[in-house]
Amino acid sequence: MSGSGAPADLAPVPGLARAGGEIILDRLTKHYADTAAVDDVSLTIRPGEFMTLLGPSGSGKTTTLNAIAGFVAPTSGRLLLDGSEVGGVPPHRRDIGMVFQHYALFPHMTVAENIAFPLRQRRVPKTRRTELVTSALDTVRLSGLERRYPHELSGGQQQRVAVARAIVYAPRVLLMDEPLGALDKKLRDWLQLEIKRIHAELGTTFVYVTHDQEEALVLSDRVAVFNGGRIEQVGTPDELYERPSTLFVARFLGDSTVLRGPAGPDDTGDTPDSSTLAKCGRTLRAPGRHSGAGAIVVRPERLSVHPDGAGPDSAGPDRAEWNGAEWNALPAVVEREIYLGSSRKLELRLPDGDPALVREQAGKLADVRPGDRVTLAWRVADSVLLADDPTVEDAVT
Amino acid sequence: MRLARGALWVFCGLVGVWLVAPALIVLPLSLTSQASLVFPPRGWSGRWYANFFHDASWIGAFWTSLQVALLVTVVATVIGTAAAIGLTRGQGRGLVAANALILSPMIVPGIVFAIGSYATFLSLHLVGTLGGFVMAHTVLALPFVVIPVTARLRGFDRRLELASASLGAGRWATFGQVTLPLVAPGVLAGALFAFVTSFDEVVVSLFIQSPYLQTLPVKMYSSVSRDTDPTIAAAASMIIVLTTVLVLVASYLTVRRSRVR
Repeated sequence: MSGSGAPADLAPVPGLARAGGEIILDRLTKHYADTAAVDDVSLTIRPGEFMTLLGPSGSGKTTTLNAIAGFVAPTSGRLLLDGSEVGGVPPHRRDIGMVFQHYALFPHMTVAENIAFPLRQRRVPKTRRTELVTSALDTVRLSGLERRYPHELSGGQQQRVAVARAIVYAPRVLLMDEPLGALDKKLRDWLQLEIKRIHAELGTTFVYVTHDQEEALVLSDRVAVFNGGRIEQVGTPDELYERPSTLFVARFLGDSTVLRGPAGPDDTGDTPDSSTLAKCGRTLRAPGRHSGAGAIVVRPERLSVHPDGAGPDSAGPDRAEWNGAEWNALPAVVEREIYLGSSRKLELRLPDGDPALVREQAGKLADVRPGDRVTLAWRVADSVLLADDPTVEDAVT
Repeated sequence: MRLARGALWVFCGLVGVWLVAPALIVLPLSLTSQASLVFPPRGWSGRWYANFFHDASWIGAFWTSLQVALLVTVVATVIGTAAAIGLTRGQGRGLVAANALILSPMIVPGIVFAIGSYATFLSLHLVGTLGGFVMAHTVLALPFVVIPVTARLRGFDRRLELASASLGAGRWATFGQVTLPLVAPGVLAGALFAFVTSFDEVVVSLFIQSPYLQTLPVKMYSSVSRDTDPTIAAAASMIIVLTTVLVLVASYLTVRRSRVR
């Protein structure tokens, strides 16, 4: 126990301006009773990176964050901060900043006192404290609110005070646990941009936890997708969106149509590195190799619909090419159309009852109505073939 | 409906009068000019207050009570707050038993506790000592500290402690700068109850007193059974005024604190 004495090994505040720290999780595991909340997770977070831990509730993302913060002691595995093991270091000696979902501002202190709190723990002299508080408030664009109490501020203002309090001592790493979860949509969109700006300004390593896939795509340099205590995939937002490596990732990030069926090697010889998948009596092609129960995933903006009986149209492929080496096609019925202004969503039903989702840009809308029989077409190159995962449901959301 | 409302007001008024009546009688009684406790007094005088302050045995008893009560306040508040933290934060089977044990002085009849204390203190030579009074009264006062502090801690957001730790504050710094200021109203209420519990405790004190060390309530009890002298009314009036002022100050502080939040 350090008492109230200034821990000598804490932050070198005076100069400030420190670069971001590197975090390495090495086979990190946390068991509660007989269930594994975090199960053998390995992840390297690079200095200065904006890394988002994304997943549904109970996927282990928050437990992982709390292990980095020091609130949760891992059952096994190593946790390295800038190369040194911190698994046994208590939270107040890790020199990490944290922003909580419900702000966790001290209600008995003013805004200035809240922000000065970490500086007081580090024995920063009073005049320097005032300077740093002013500049932190400036960074979060809240100058002039020093003497207010937290309950006198709006939710968005409170969250920005929480950010100021967590960055004022220039920690190597800033952890954020669903910081925008309690705010309304408009405020959330704006604060997302603010957080991105602050990250760019500081160069601190950010580790951000959210269950909101859109937020993860907007903010992050890289995203780690959690499911059932494990990491499904780590990658940049566009890697995850365009090249998901599991069906769970494909369904969790963005909309997609999932076409399940038995897959096998493509022996037509037209394309060397591709596979086929049987669906609704047709043979679909997709790049990559997979045999057994498979699923082809296609993003809604990669699909196009063509009215049955209409002649070859300029926007789509020649009908002769359908179900060839370049194009896949399936019959479908339009069930619902959702007009969104800049785009239109079409919900379709395949002959075997499976759903499909198409998004068309305004100005390129096909002439179809609910109830119409259509042909659904997409490029083989736009298909992603994955192993089927029966735990992932395929309903269009 | 209006009738029911009116009946409620009348009922509450009667209860209020019933509760305050003794004080309303004692206060004028202490200002009587006669040497007996007759109500209403037929003449006015401050001689019983003068008597109180000139009689060494009254003054001595008053100082003893004040000393004991202040020591009990400090000891019971510190132990009680620590116990409340242990009871709300701890885990394990012993917790329920510990809680029951700490609260038992509120349930065990005073006379049973008094006889037990007397027997124990006799063999430990604690009868008639300041330490004996403080110990016995602390045990009686503990539940009155533990209950309000526990209530306050249950409503306390533990995430504030996590936030404090993440910002670089160790356990003691977090306790001193975050936890304690936020549960302070409960601690303050507990301290006040501890003081009052000790200051007007009479049953146990009667057993563990000695002719050389008496508390004010003990002195009052023997005074009223030996000589019915209105000095006791003066003493009682001063106790009423002192405790009323304490309660008012404490509730003022509590209200101001909660307004800041």
